[in-house]
Amino acid sequence: MANQTNSGNERVDLAYRRRKNAEEMRHQVIAFVLMILLTLIAFAAVGYEEFSHWFVVPFILLLAAVQVAFQLYYFMHMSHKGHEFPAMFIYGGVAVMLLLVWAFTTVIWW
Amino acid sequence: MSTIARKKGVGAVLWDYLTTVDHKKIAHLYLIAGGIFFLLGGLEALFIRIQLAKPNNDFLVGGLYNEVLTMHGTTMIFLAAMPLLFAFMNAVIPLQIGARDVAFPFLNALGFWMFFFGGLFLNCSWFLGGAPDAGWTSYASLSLESKAHHGIDFYTLGLQISGFGTIMGAINFLVTIINMRAPGMTFMRMPMFTWATFVTSALILFAFPPLTVGLIFMMMDRLFGGNFFNPAAGGNTIIWEHLFWVFGHPEVYILILPSFGIFSEIFATFSRKRLFGYSSMVFATVLIAFLGFMVWAHHMFTVGMGPIANAIFAVATMTIAVPTGVKIFNWLFTMWGGSIKFTTPMHYAVAFIPSFVMGGVTGVMLSAAAADYQYHDSYFVVAHFHYVIVGGVVFALLAGTHYWWPKMFGRMLNETLGKITFWLFFIGFHLTFFIQHFLGLTGMPRRVFTYLPNQGWETGNFVSTVGAFFMAIATVILLINIVITTVKGEKVPGDAWGDGRTLEWAIASPPPVYNFAQTPLVRGLDAFWLEKMEGKKELTPAEPLGDIHMPNSSFLPFVIAFGLFVAAFGFTYHNDAGWGLPVGILGLLITLGSMFLRSVIDDHGFHIHKEEVLELEKKGANA
Repeated sequence: MANQTNSGNERVDLAYRRRKNAEEMRHQVIAFVLMILLTLIAFAAVGYEEFSHWFVVPFILLLAAVQVAFQLYYFMHMSHKGHEFPAMFIYGGVAVMLLLVWAFTTVIWW
Repeated sequence: MSTIARKKGVGAVLWDYLTTVDHKKIAHLYLIAGGIFFLLGGLEALFIRIQLAKPNNDFLVGGLYNEVLTMHGTTMIFLAAMPLLFAFMNAVIPLQIGARDVAFPFLNALGFWMFFFGGLFLNCSWFLGGAPDAGWTSYASLSLESKAHHGIDFYTLGLQISGFGTIMGAINFLVTIINMRAPGMTFMRMPMFTWATFVTSALILFAFPPLTVGLIFMMMDRLFGGNFFNPAAGGNTIIWEHLFWVFGHPEVYILILPSFGIFSEIFATFSRKRLFGYSSMVFATVLIAFLGFMVWAHHMFTVGMGPIANAIFAVATMTIAVPTGVKIFNWLFTMWGGSIKFTTPMHYAVAFIPSFVMGGVTGVMLSAAAADYQYHDSYFVVAHFHYVIVGGVVFALLAGTHYWWPKMFGRMLNETLGKITFWLFFIGFHLTFFIQHFLGLTGMPRRVFTYLPNQGWETGNFVSTVGAFFMAIATVILLINIVITTVKGEKVPGDAWGDGRTLEWAIASPPPVYNFAQTPLVRGLDAFWLEKMEGKKELTPAEPLGDIHMPNSSFLPFVIAFGLFVAAFGFTYHNDAGWGLPVGILGLLITLGSMFLRSVIDDHGFHIHKEEVLELEKKGANA
């Protein structure tokens, strides 16, 4: 998406695009480092004997959610314009699934 | 490739339809296949009513009655109502948004053939031992015990295949409506039917996966030694009920929202007025879809979920009456002060309002969980859902058939015969189902094949059966009408009704293969009406005339779906016969092989050149 412009002339916004790309790259590198860090923390949390399962399972699920967000927003460019519909449908699907899991856990397996 | 029309032999026409990726021809296919399944489901309904016409009847006894009843419900919902709605969506949506084609023509064709082969597979069960016999809901505690024949396996695999097709169709429409609207066609300028299709497609996208999961579990339990629903082995039979209704409740909105869309078009067109409260209509549609996901357990009040769950689902269900009421009032206000023309579609639309409201009122009655313990599993429920589905969906399908027939086939259905069909169907419908409310309230249980005399049910059941025959006669007259029209119907211009508001009426009937020679510029809601009010005969073009890029036909969608059809046979019988597993694998290889071919063959489509377009436009019926 970063390369799409309204201008047919490539030189007009070259400087702007350079800056934009550099910024984009910086974000990706930061996200990448953070993701590796989160993975290490997840491994450490599971490996550390003192933590109870009741802490570890929700904790790594939370880390997983953050990882998915990084993946979608930084590597798959969902932060850019033009992704409103994919975002809407992803969140719609997530909402339906959460409702389902919530209902199943309260109504069937209570 | 030339696009100039010429006389073709039967074989060539057949091949054309088997390989087509044109949304207008796929619409014909959906209409024909859905129509045949509708007749089949109607025949099954007649058999049910004949059996119940008098007490202690022995026309269809026990197991056979269960099979006919199951297949009536399954066929009508999955193989008749939905495909017929898909027929209108395919025929009209690209035209309404000013597009030359759908986003994924190949996927669209594949969706049709999946539906077709799934439905064919399901109906093969009649000739191979016996049809499914656990009701259209196929509750696991019943269906896992149905071991006399393979009926339930035909249900599971047949619906799985046709369900894939439906999801494909929905994805295609979502992408088409998001990406392929003509310049100026903003979301809030989309015709109501397009809006309904968009919301419905989103519902399908979210509602069908739970069904797919449920059907996979069921398939595992029945055919591959699984125990998902078997309490003896640690499974839970209630999970099927939840999965089924998580799909099943949105499913009824998948049927009714496009029907609302069809009626919105008809009300505006024949009241010759802008649809009243357009934005509230859009909002109500979205709200119904949203709430529709939170009410599934109202089908399970008597399962024993507990008072809190029952109360939550009861209240959620009642809230749906609010946006639906908004729509009803908007339609009434659309007609109010309009210059109304009582054509056949308008007859259906006007009759739909009181009929559907009656179904809605009994719906609110049923949504009160405590009262539902009384209504549950009685003919009151049967009366309720037939009032909403026949009074809503089937009326819309018949209205849509009359309304868009000239657009799809270039000939006007006979209005006199159409009105006769309407009156017979309307009277027959109320005769059949109104009395069933009272049969239910006096305790007649649904899904039971007979009843004893002297319980006060004889007259009611007889009246109901007479009504069913009225509907049958109406359907036969509609078929006669179609034959007469096809043979010697009058050719119609693009704006067949003279009062068309939306883009589809601005082009020839039937439309040329490329739909719009020039993509139109949309300047407001009811774009074509707007242009006509300014004294123009055509739409304002948004681009110069040029070459038009079109997709090539392909036989692969047929083969991909056919492979799954073969595989389903193999896996159904793999526990009984040695040939089962190899046939199943062969079927999958056919499917995967043709998918591979689709991936590796480069197909860039073809162009219709500017000169050809000019020539076709000159010849076209559109003045």
